[in-house]
Parts: sequence; structure tokens; C-alpha cells
Amino acid sequence: MILLGQILIAFATLSLLAIGGANAVLPEMHRLLVDVHHWMDDATFTQLFALAQAAPGPNILAASVMGWHIAGPAGMMVATLGMLVPAACLAWIMAGLTIRLRGNTWMKPAQFGLVPIAVGLIAASGLIMAQATVTGWAALVIVIAATLFVWRTKYSPLWVLLAGGLVGLVLL
Amino acid sequence: MSERPSRTALFLGYLQIGLTSFGGVNAWARRFFVEKKGWLTEQEYAEVLGIGQVLPGPNALNTAIGIGTYFHGATGAIVCALGLFTGPMVLLAAVASLYDTYGQLPLVRAILTGIAAAAAGMVMGTAVKMVTKLRPSRTLLCIGLAAFTLAALKVRMPYVLLMLAPLGLIAAWRELDR
Repeated sequence: MILLGQILIAFATLSLLAIGGANAVLPEMHRLLVDVHHWMDDATFTQLFALAQAAPGPNILAASVMGWHIAGPAGMMVATLGMLVPAACLAWIMAGLTIRLRGNTWMKPAQFGLVPIAVGLIAASGLIMAQATVTGWAALVIVIAATLFVWRTKYSPLWVLLAGGLVGLVLL
Repeated sequence: MSERPSRTALFLGYLQIGLTSFGGVNAWARRFFVEKKGWLTEQEYAEVLGIGQVLPGPNALNTAIGIGTYFHGATGAIVCALGLFTGPMVLLAAVASLYDTYGQLPLVRAILTGIAAAAAGMVMGTAVKMVTKLRPSRTLLCIGLAAFTLAALKVRMPYVLLMLAPLGLIAAWRELDR
């Protein structure tokens, strides 16, 4: 029960910090789950996050997979609810407000000013994941190739994950 | 707008979006609501998505709640959120239990390490792509770099946001004013 409570609090905190989505909140998630609570190691954290990316649905469901890994089905429920409910309440309140306040003037500056922060956080997420996976030259090559592919082409990033798995199978 | 979808139609729509939306929900949701069904105009969808992106929490969930509230108030919001998460949750429960059983096998571990390395590159590539698309001013670029540095040094995220969000908002306000 104490563990489930801790999981709930950890993910509820993350829920309200997640400006810019799952990728932007990853550094804080890593800090809480790996460094503070020691619920999993670096490699496991990164692999679970990658699995959630590869599956359909919102990437934030990485929280569900991690909850399962920490405490089974109950952990999954608690982590998912913690991640979703606080943000959902806020979104619902705002949805009610903005229907009344059409043409809201505050939104553009808010978006414009917060997006660079989200992008910075996303870049840091990539770095943290890379640190956890790069143990040799093969993994380093995968990271660099995937970065270039996603940056320079318009193909779905899913091809990158598939190719990464295949290369891993052969070389790692 | 052509018609008002029922709650059942919204639930089924989001169920479908949840199960097909590989690599992020927003593009799929736009295609469904604007192009396929015509329940929302391009402008309406962009507005709901914009609010969803400014708010904390997953964009996809915030947008689903915005759309649900727009059509049917609180029950609409609940229906959309449930539809979005039901399918993927079942799937991920299966993935998670398979991981717990087979995740330590050397072969599986090699594949997963490859996928994880690719995901790391994917996340970094996304960030670089966003920077090149946004072409931020020098001030906003510095704020973004500060967020990157602080997060990479594992400074607690509430502190990062408390420090940088006001700076970002002030900078944006002044630039948009001009």
C-alpha cells in the first residue's frame, strides 16, 4: 500500500509538470523513478520508455508500463491514474473557461514562450536516454543515425524503432 | 459544421484513434475529426490543440477533453478520455507482462537495447527538427538551451519551470507586441 501511494504521488507530480508532453517530462521521471526511488535501473527505464513509444496510443502511457514494472497490475492502474487525472481535471476546467473566453489573447504568448522550454526539455530527454543505452560503438551509431533520420526525413519515426531493433539483434 | 456526434460516436472515434495512432496521437486525431468526419473545422481543431499544448499533462488527453467538452460537456470529456486510453492500456499491459517475463533473455535484451538507442535518437531528432521549424529568436533560443542544460544536469523540474517559464512568457510577450 505504501508503495502504491508513493507511485501515485510520483506520477501525479509528473502529471502537472508535463508541459510539452511525455518526452519533455522524461528527465524528471528518470530522476524520480531511477535516482530518488530506485524502482528500476537506467537501462530498464529507457527500454520501457522506448516500448511505450513503439506501441500505439499516447506516449504518456510510458507511465503505465513503468507502473506495471514497479508493482504489477495495481501499479499500472495507480501510475496511469496519477499521470492522467490531475492534468485531466485542469484541462476540463480550462475547456469550460475557454469556450466562454473565445479568441483568448493570452494563448499565443503562452504557446510562443513555453514551446522553447519544452523543446529544451525534449532534447535533454534524448541525451538522458542516449547515456543509458550507449555502451559501445554499435549503440552510438544507432543513436546518431536515428537522430539524423528523424531530423532530415519525413518518414514515420516508427521505421527508426524497427531498424534499431533489427540492428540490435544483429550487433548488440 | 455538419453534425454533432453522439457520445457513442465520440467514444468509438477515440477508441479507433487510440489503437491506430502510432507515433503520437495529434496527427491522427486531426485527420479523424477534421478530414474524415468533418465534425470540427481546421481552425476549431487548431484552437483546441493549442490550449492542450499550453496546459500541463499529455497533449493528446487535454485535446480529447477539450473536444469532448465542446460537444457534450463533462460526460463528453469522460467518454473521449476513456476511448483514447482503453485500447492502448490493454495492449501495454500485455507488453509490460511480456517484458517482465522475457525482458532479461539476452536476445530480447539486444533487440530492446537497439530499440531504446533508436528511441533516444528519435527524441533528439524531434527536438532538432522543432528548433529548425520554429526558428526562435536569440532570447528564446537561450531560454531553450537553459532548459536543456538544467534538465540534463538533473535539476528538479519544478525549479526549472519556475525559473524559465516567466522569462519565456515575458520574452514572447515583448516579441509578439512588436
